[in-house]
Amino acid sequence: MKKNLVIAVRFTLVTTVLCGLIYPLVVTGLAQMLFPRRATGQPVEKNGALLGSRILGQEFQAPYYFHSRPSAAGTGYDPLASGGSNLGPTNSELIRRVEERVRKWRAENPGTPIPADLVMGSGSGLDPDISPGAAEFQVPMVARARGVSPEALEALVKQHIEGRQLGFLGEPRVNVLELNLALDRLYPLRGRAAR
Amino acid sequence: MTANGWFQILLYLLVIFLLTKPVGIYLARVFEREKTSLDPALRPVEKLIYRLTGTDEKREMRWTEYAAAMLLFSGVSMALLYLILRTQKWLPLNPQKLPNVDPWLAFGTAASFTTNTNWQAYSGESTMSYFTQMAGLAYHNFASAAVGIVLAIAVIRGIARRETDQLGNFWVDTTRCLLWVLLPICLAASLVLVSQGVIQNLRAYSRAKLIDPYTAQAAGANGKTTAQRVTEQVIPQGPVASQEAIKELGTNGGGFFNANSAHPFENPTPFSNFFELILIFAIPSGFTYTLGRMTGSRRHGWAVWATMAALFLAGASTAYWAEARGNPLLHGVDRQATAMQAGGNMQGKETRFGIADSALFATVTTDASCGAVNSMHDSFTPLGGMVPLVNIMLGEIVFGGVGAGLYGMVVFVILAVFIAGLMVGRTPEYLGKKIESYDVKMAMLSILVLTFTILGFSAIAAVEPFGTASITNPGPHGLSQIVYAYSSSAGNNGSAFAGLKVNTPWYNASTAAAQLLGRFFMVIPILAIAGSLARKKILPASSGTFPVTGPLFTTLLVSTILIVGALTFFPALSLGTILEHLMMLAGKTF
Repeated sequence: MKKNLVIAVRFTLVTTVLCGLIYPLVVTGLAQMLFPRRATGQPVEKNGALLGSRILGQEFQAPYYFHSRPSAAGTGYDPLASGGSNLGPTNSELIRRVEERVRKWRAENPGTPIPADLVMGSGSGLDPDISPGAAEFQVPMVARARGVSPEALEALVKQHIEGRQLGFLGEPRVNVLELNLALDRLYPLRGRAAR
Repeated sequence: MTANGWFQILLYLLVIFLLTKPVGIYLARVFEREKTSLDPALRPVEKLIYRLTGTDEKREMRWTEYAAAMLLFSGVSMALLYLILRTQKWLPLNPQKLPNVDPWLAFGTAASFTTNTNWQAYSGESTMSYFTQMAGLAYHNFASAAVGIVLAIAVIRGIARRETDQLGNFWVDTTRCLLWVLLPICLAASLVLVSQGVIQNLRAYSRAKLIDPYTAQAAGANGKTTAQRVTEQVIPQGPVASQEAIKELGTNGGGFFNANSAHPFENPTPFSNFFELILIFAIPSGFTYTLGRMTGSRRHGWAVWATMAALFLAGASTAYWAEARGNPLLHGVDRQATAMQAGGNMQGKETRFGIADSALFATVTTDASCGAVNSMHDSFTPLGGMVPLVNIMLGEIVFGGVGAGLYGMVVFVILAVFIAGLMVGRTPEYLGKKIESYDVKMAMLSILVLTFTILGFSAIAAVEPFGTASITNPGPHGLSQIVYAYSSSAGNNGSAFAGLKVNTPWYNASTAAAQLLGRFFMVIPILAIAGSLARKKILPASSGTFPVTGPLFTTLLVSTILIVGALTFFPALSLGTILEHLMMLAGKTF
């Protein structure tokens, strides 16, 4: 018993150094060498300023941008408070929130069915994507606010659809930050000071 | 539901099937101390560890010493984790200057990671320093996984050996498990994950300037909402991939971030998702072949595999069906899956995963004792959320945790041959070993510990204000939140109906107690069975021996598992998820 206790103490220390320090530091070194951008979160930069990460969603509220999904992370897309709302299916608070979003979106694009992901929050609260349907649904709103033809925007959305990985994994999707940056590049906001 | 969704689920099972034999052979070779191709590199490291720790690699242990060594290792390493959590402010690699973790949370977290539960009552990104994540939490992902694996190996030795009381050396087995199995696979797997976009660095968090700043309504301290201008987004960083790999491979499940595998930095693409799913089942599935190989009855190993695969498919199909149907209470939402959207119940799910990959992940993570989540189970439809809950209640023996799934299943195998023996009026035998009253008593003990822990704590929490005050989803769902919390704790799963506010003294203490009971009071009777079986003679099979191979045995085993599970937990389920389902169909909200 005493002998095993001594071994337990030594074993804990030795394996902590091996699995808790050497292993993650070796992985860090290799990752930084092989995939430097991916290992640091795929930063998106413009003129030296950091605009975000390609794979972390951001909140968009202006009508001249495509909007991300509802987010329960902090005040919205706060990576220091990732997570979902955890509202259950029969919780009246969930029903109320979704109905409110349905009303808002129906006013922007009457008559078109509202894609599920556009009015339901994600699990991480940081979902960088929306479904192709949710992007297309927003085309009339963005076209009006930006003064661009809906056809041009629809084509832009189509270009930004990322299909299933390897053809069958996951779901097709549109990266909202990339789509909005492309909007700014192709159809800069005129007369409206970039806030 | 879509054809593509079903294709992914079936393809996943096929990949797992194909991995079973190679993984199983490799595991057996490592623990039988046969030659492997990694020997030239690892053998010197192995010898060095024995020298540094004072381990005699030739010596074997009886089951009592094996159990004692396991408990001592768990106790010492748990104490070290508690110490790290309480002192992280003064330790290196803390660029965010995070403070020390408070005592209740530190105790709860230490118990949770030591028992392979990885129940988390905190948000990693705003609580844990990089040093704590690496040397404290990720380390325990290795340690607790290795403990689970070597216990299963000891149990298999107990079944395979005859007329001996020696089950192997705990320190040797654990060392070989870390060096030959967990570290090499994790090294490769973490790089695959980084290639998909899982981050891995030691930098401080950076700040991004939003292109569309906005005004948010934030809840103030006095309960009033105040307008707040948001112009920046903090981009967290950290050594995530190295932890993500062992989190899945070791069926631990503790996320670097609060959102766990739903977080884009932990699980950025559908491929990383599929890969993480494979890591979860790889070792548990391989273990069925290890069982077959080491006991000399490969067909028994496959019969156990078939049992697990059948229960897996039942769970995955139910969850997929329920989530694809979605929530009828949400009017005006298009629930139909098309090429343009996943439809269904997307609440708490990521766009890149959609319905099928989320339902599959929820099933796999609770079949195993993993507990990582890529979607929020609390927001599943009632029947969709019942699948993970039932999986945990059955004891996580559908492939199950690394090692834990196998020894959990052995308990049900013993029960099944015992029941078969009663039916034909013969002494039950398992692979030539007579199953006697001591063995059945120990098997029942380990099943009852789980039952009493789950239902006992749930009963207290469901009636006492300190338990019910944490409920966030009223109505029947609230009961499910509590029952899920104790099932997950006692089953060492770690996933949650995460709305429940668990960072309170009661929940930190009671879930920690449930985790420790669920781990160690389950393991000790099982090791006792192993010790008892090892001492027995192996009898030649006769015409009266009930075969533990083939479809008849698989059917009996599935029935035993379902009957024990249903008899135990049906009342709790009917007042929770089933009632909620009926209420939902009737249009009732809470």
